[in-house]
Amino acid sequence: MLSRTALFVPTCTQVRGMATLKEIRNRLKSVKNVQKITQSMKMVSAAKFSRAERELKPSRPYGTGANAFYDKVDIGQDLEKPKHLLVTMGSDRGLCGAMNSNINKLLKNYVKDNPDKEVKFITLGDKARQALYKTHPGYFMLTFSEFGRQPASFSDAADVAESIINSGYEFDVGQIYFNEYKSVVSYSLRPVPLHSLQSVSEADSLAVYDSLDAEVIRSYQEYQLASVLYACMKETNCCEHSARMTAMDSATKNAGEMIDKLTLTFNRTRQAVITGELIEIISGAAAL
Amino acid sequence: MASLVSRVPRLFQAVGRTLAAQATRGYADAAAPVGMSFTFGSPGAAFYNAATNVRQVDVPTFSGDIGILPSHVPTLAVLKPGRLSVYEDEGNVNHFVVSSGSVTVNEDSSVQILAEEACRLEDIDPGLARSGLEKAQQQLSAASTDAERTEAQVAIEFHEQVVKAIE
Repeated sequence: MLSRTALFVPTCTQVRGMATLKEIRNRLKSVKNVQKITQSMKMVSAAKFSRAERELKPSRPYGTGANAFYDKVDIGQDLEKPKHLLVTMGSDRGLCGAMNSNINKLLKNYVKDNPDKEVKFITLGDKARQALYKTHPGYFMLTFSEFGRQPASFSDAADVAESIINSGYEFDVGQIYFNEYKSVVSYSLRPVPLHSLQSVSEADSLAVYDSLDAEVIRSYQEYQLASVLYACMKETNCCEHSARMTAMDSATKNAGEMIDKLTLTFNRTRQAVITGELIEIISGAAAL
Repeated sequence: MASLVSRVPRLFQAVGRTLAAQATRGYADAAAPVGMSFTFGSPGAAFYNAATNVRQVDVPTFSGDIGILPSHVPTLAVLKPGRLSVYEDEGNVNHFVVSSGSVTVNEDSSVQILAEEACRLEDIDPGLARSGLEKAQQQLSAASTDAERTEAQVAIEFHEQVVKAIE
């Protein structure tokens, strides 16, 4: 039998695009649900953030202490040398402001600005890998995931330091990029130089330091690397949670505004429908 | 390590007595007028942050135990498990137990000590320290691979030093 396929199905939207009561009610419901989600995400981040901030306090002097030696010895890095290593710290999860996109932008631009150099990435957090692995597959040396879910511990930093040392990549220029926590609403991308054992042992001003042998410098350098990484990881953790908290807070606020507006429209439409019905009834009765 | 630290400082009074005895020994009378800027911390706690009221620090390192006074010759060293003592200007002496880490003495008389683990001596439970040592010794005898053996040896060395520091 031939069956007729509907070529024209009259849709039930109203002529002037006015939403029906049902549509508004559905939308209101979904916005309310979204608000509930962002609200609870904010709560979770707030709890994680307060812990991260508490732990950040002792790790700050630790980080500055670890960097003090490099600042004072003033080990220069010759940017013209061919082998570069970038260690970046991001997060596994998104919805935390511009933290990860800052890093991804930086990595992309670094590669673009140094076309004749051998650049390698070591990334902490899944986001950088997800964003750049397709376009820059050859640059990734190591990636670490599961970063940021639990607060970073010193053994995590030691693991990363060990894999940098054991990677066998003899870099001439090294940088760690991480987001430095300033306040709940502010953080900024900051570089920290990363020195190889070779560049430290060849530094001129190392001569003023007394009673050094190769073994001491090596152990010292390895430990210092882990310490610097640890401090950077703590800063990143704190940034991630504070950024997510702020993002979720404003999302909740926006959802609240939307709910207010939708409720208003909903009530108005309901009134209009009632008025319309009344007019119909009255004019019907008057016609009799 | 965490198991070693008890929040109840049982030996506190005993240690306090020895402290008083040690404080009378004038270590750094000939110290130069320049104070040192002293930073000492572990990942979980910062004990001193660029403090200027310190006149001497005794540090156990792999190149031997060293005492750092202000204007010490710049040096780098690797921390060894043991007791670290900080002599403050007012005559207070603070003792810590450290596991490993790094010591930096810079030209401008700033000192940075970063320990992987550190806690105050009075927070250590001697009973736990001793049982930890026994456990580490058992670990060594039970170890089958080289890595396990090294781990156990490190644990034994650490616990021995902790026990020694308490005594």
